[in-house]
Amino acid sequence: MIEIGLGHYLTLAAIIFFLGVVGIFLNRKNVIVILMSIELILLAVNINLISFSIFSDDIVGQIFTMITLTVAAAEAAIGLAIIVVFYRNKGSIRVEDIHGMKG
Amino acid sequence: MLAHAFFFYFFSTIAIFSALMVITARSTINSVFFLILDFISVGCLFIMIGAEFLGMILLIVYVGAVAVLFLFVVMMLNVASQKQSWFSGKKATHIPSGLIVSILILLELLVIVGGWKYKEDILSSSSLIVNENISNTHQIGLVMYTDYILYFQMSGLILLLSMIGAILLTYRKREAVKTQSYINQISREPSTSIELKKVDFNKGVKVDD
Repeated sequence: MIEIGLGHYLTLAAIIFFLGVVGIFLNRKNVIVILMSIELILLAVNINLISFSIFSDDIVGQIFTMITLTVAAAEAAIGLAIIVVFYRNKGSIRVEDIHGMKG
Repeated sequence: MLAHAFFFYFFSTIAIFSALMVITARSTINSVFFLILDFISVGCLFIMIGAEFLGMILLIVYVGAVAVLFLFVVMMLNVASQKQSWFSGKKATHIPSGLIVSILILLELLVIVGGWKYKEDILSSSSLIVNENISNTHQIGLVMYTDYILYFQMSGLILLLSMIGAILLTYRKREAVKTQSYINQISREPSTSIELKKVDFNKGVKVDD
């Protein structure tokens, strides 16, 4: 317990990933929380990449983490823009109200 | 080593708690605040483990930009009145299946983590071994602008693309707002810029705006 190894970081990342997935599946409020859950999932992936990079003395994992951060920022910007446009058109972003494709 | 363990458990407890609060908070604005707390604590973990550049980037990019973007959207859309309700509503049939799938994913991840043994003398797959004499930021700079310049520029293109997409999505033309017309300004010529008009007495002249 005292010796913090790779397994501790991977467990932390697994728990955060799980919480993000739960947030996506069980959400009924609005789409912004789903976007935040996606950010949590990407954060868990970043924890994995960085801990592997540190524990195996290889810098490439950190480079890839920066690219993941870039993609996450781009995804958040596009997703929030879509949410703003949807709210402007429909007046609501509740998950229950989004059924335009009859899914 | 003891301090390392203490700070790991401290920050990871905060991270897990705030991740839980992100998905269960009653109002959306609280979710955003707990998301910021989660990013900060994970950034502290990164700094503690030795990836200080990425920890700082996480603080700057996520807390400074992405979380503030979320805050702006939450404030713009007036969704604070929509309360979180997982179990209310007519159809709550998504709860059991969603929970089963999520817990299965967690169990699979934990099985992978628990059953996998870290080999101490593992050889790095690439030749980019971490040099202990220079700092973390220096190492990333040495590799990123030489071997991975293509990926660096590609991420810049992704950011440009997302910026264009976000602007294009949210752009709307407003009526009754006076704006500059660049094409009219550029195509203006000296011969058409001055116009002589004959003003009738006691009638004036109409100037188009």
